[in-house]
Amino acid sequence: MSVLILIDHADGHVKKASLEALTYGAAVAKQLGVPAAGLLLGTVTEDVAALGQYGISTVYQVANETFNTLDAQVYAKAITAAVGTTGATVVIFSHNQTGKAVAPRVSAALKAGLVAGAVALPDTASGFVVKKAVFSGKAFANVSVTSAIKVISVNPNSFKVEAVGGTAEVKALDVTPVAARVKVTAVNKVSGEVPLTEADIVVSAGRGLKGPENWGIVEDLAHVLHAALACSRPVADSHWRPHHEHVGQTGFQVAPNLYIAIGISGAIQHLAGVNRSKVMVVINKDPEAPFFKAADYGIVGDAFEVVPKLTAAIKQLKG
Amino acid sequence: MKILVCVSKTPDTTSKIAFKDGNTKFDEAGVQWIINPYDEWYSLVRAIELKEKDAATVIHLVTVGGADTEPVIRKALALGGDEAIRVNAEGGDSFFIASQIAEIAKQGGYDLILAGKETIDFNGASIGGMVAELLDVPYVALATKFELNGTTAVVTREIEGGEEVAEVALPVVVSCQKGVAEQRIPNMRGIMAARTKPLKVVEPVGADNLTQVVSYELPPAKAGVKLVAADNVDELVRLLHEEAKVI
Repeated sequence: MSVLILIDHADGHVKKASLEALTYGAAVAKQLGVPAAGLLLGTVTEDVAALGQYGISTVYQVANETFNTLDAQVYAKAITAAVGTTGATVVIFSHNQTGKAVAPRVSAALKAGLVAGAVALPDTASGFVVKKAVFSGKAFANVSVTSAIKVISVNPNSFKVEAVGGTAEVKALDVTPVAARVKVTAVNKVSGEVPLTEADIVVSAGRGLKGPENWGIVEDLAHVLHAALACSRPVADSHWRPHHEHVGQTGFQVAPNLYIAIGISGAIQHLAGVNRSKVMVVINKDPEAPFFKAADYGIVGDAFEVVPKLTAAIKQLKG
Repeated sequence: MKILVCVSKTPDTTSKIAFKDGNTKFDEAGVQWIINPYDEWYSLVRAIELKEKDAATVIHLVTVGGADTEPVIRKALALGGDEAIRVNAEGGDSFFIASQIAEIAKQGGYDLILAGKETIDFNGASIGGMVAELLDVPYVALATKFELNGTTAVVTREIEGGEEVAEVALPVVVSCQKGVAEQRIPNMRGIMAARTKPLKVVEPVGADNLTQVVSYELPPAKAGVKLVAADNVDELVRLLHEEAKVI
């Protein structure tokens, strides 16, 4: 019996979401009194043994560069094999792009129940019950996993990365990848920006900004906070901003530590994408905007006056 | 070209979420049911667009649910698609549902299976991947663009901080999100045509449920907003720094 956690990576670096998954997995293992191990498919430039600081004793690595490109089928076959070799009974992913593509396949291959989007550690007092976000963040469900092997994908930003120190033993795992059928022909990364779904702070703006030419003040605020940019659906639909910035029920769901909403009224569909944020700040000139009911802090005022002042005040704080 | 579009019914996006029977069941009182937006706006509409380019394309819709899902399926057929298949089963977890869809897919011999990236009620994002695994075909999740180049699918998919373009030979399962197509509204001709389109009902195959919801809970109520005067942003910065400790 053990807990196996997928170490997801891109461009040679372990993703922050994976560190959260490792911390989560180490905590699950501790709770069950079994060892926790990481599974690294592919290669990274970082010191793999140092991942032991997140509470895992072993990293199994299949150092084959085929895995540096995501083909969910190739990944699932390798992970399923690794589960067999290592005797893992709990398999953990981040509920990020990789986890969403791979965890369901692993679940189906192993006939292992999947809790997708877990927000808390399992309750193992009687059975194995995991809390997950449902109804787009408007509620939670406690899901009992009844199969022998359990698969959990952890919602990004739900579990704080904790470095406890220590070094993991790195063991090479002999898994031959099946032939990849998905061929990646182009990668377009938005350079210089913080990825939205990995960001600790998100600065988001809506129709209150009146037009795309006014986004400078939003970008300035995001810049001083090292925040990711986001927008409401009408803004993306009007092509003021690219659709990869659209957060809401039908866009991206985010759960940063701080979400700042500027000129967004806070329709229920928008809130569904952001309501798991730890702290929400709203800046809107309409005191009746529904967002004020959901937010933790608010300023009733004109964004064009308030936001530059806020940027200046934060600059001063950061020295 | 034969396309299978997976369709689920979900509560309308503005529905009030409440639970009953000691928080063990979703309270359906007063809830309007819609086609899951990711299934409708992106998967189904994209399939319809492909049929508009190539009239030989056949689109089948599949759903797993009781007789009460039929109005929603007719609505989907009003947008387009040739026929619908309802697997007559209430409830069931994602593995059970994926097993039913995989069975339909095996029988139908589809070149392309489209699913929404997730449902807006359970947010599992699981069905597409499970179906692909059960069929042992490739899966591309979180597509933001989908093109066909002969028998090769050219899919743009979301990655952290950007997108990548992936090519894969059919058959393939793809989960769709914003960007794949634009929302459409059914016209009167579509609504009339939908009434006579075949809606087959088949019984489920035996499949396990690997998970079960034991209870639901609502998030704790917010303490209420703390308002700061517009001419006192320094106070907001202080609160965020000292009280909330987020900057």
